[in-house]
Amino acid sequence: MSESESAMHGQGALAEGSPYAIPSRKLTMWLFIISDAVTFGAFLFAYGYIRVATPNWTRPFETASVINVTLMTFVLITSSLTMQGAVDAAKAGDKPKAMRFLYSTMALGAIFAALHIREWFELFSRKITLSSGLFGQTFFTITGLHLLHVISGVIALLVIAGGYSRNRLTPGYVETVGLYWHFVDLVWMFVVPLVYLTNIAVAH
Amino acid sequence: MSVASGNVIRKYLPVYFVLLAIFLVEVFLSFRQLATGTLVVLLLLLAICSAGLGLMYFMHLAEERRGLFLTLIPVTIFVLLMMNMFWPDSVRLLHMRSPAQ
Repeated sequence: MSESESAMHGQGALAEGSPYAIPSRKLTMWLFIISDAVTFGAFLFAYGYIRVATPNWTRPFETASVINVTLMTFVLITSSLTMQGAVDAAKAGDKPKAMRFLYSTMALGAIFAALHIREWFELFSRKITLSSGLFGQTFFTITGLHLLHVISGVIALLVIAGGYSRNRLTPGYVETVGLYWHFVDLVWMFVVPLVYLTNIAVAH
Repeated sequence: MSVASGNVIRKYLPVYFVLLAIFLVEVFLSFRQLATGTLVVLLLLLAICSAGLGLMYFMHLAEERRGLFLTLIPVTIFVLLMMNMFWPDSVRLLHMRSPAQ
């Protein structure tokens, strides 16, 4: 019996099947994702209103930063594709291929984090920090929270990949951590336009 | 097995390229001299399109039971819209500070 069927019919006589026909692990991840989405939503709404309400807002990003963030976005979207490859290969029972995709996803996540930190140091060199004003406070809070999610995701992938390669974890775990990874990608799709692309330096 | 998973990757390639294309459109728009409000609205609309694609195809919400979608998404949208109601008040309160502050 597959995990979905088990979830639907229940494992024992007293167990009640899931109304969504998904394992409880996956439903828990969905609920976590929703609560996390609301957390990011609160930060982005706060940023949006402060941004619009503040005259003379700092707009520090020049072409080099836009190229960097384009590269970061490319890396993160590609990591979602490799994650999808890992999930599908795991479901198909192709463990070596799933592991290759998982390692690729982790490597892309690490590259993304490195590019992100490079961007931060570039801002530090221009005296833009967490304490340098409203832009610094909102920018470093939102991107810091996202970076924390990426780093957590890489660690989670490492743990799941280790368990899956030793047959301690089922492909369902790969799918569940995949949901989290796609969510991190999805949040970035809001962070980039709101936090980076509306703050490009105006040429005079 | 590996052929099957290879096919699945090819199945998601169109979504991948659409996501990249949407991002490039966002970058293009950000270099246009648009009013901040207009730019934010356009970028948000494109971000919502990207998020919808990611949610439906990469996160497979389109393939799950409709009940899961109906349980999760309308509630999230409602909470986010409520934030939209509350945040203007918080900004208004900033402007209500006394001049001494």
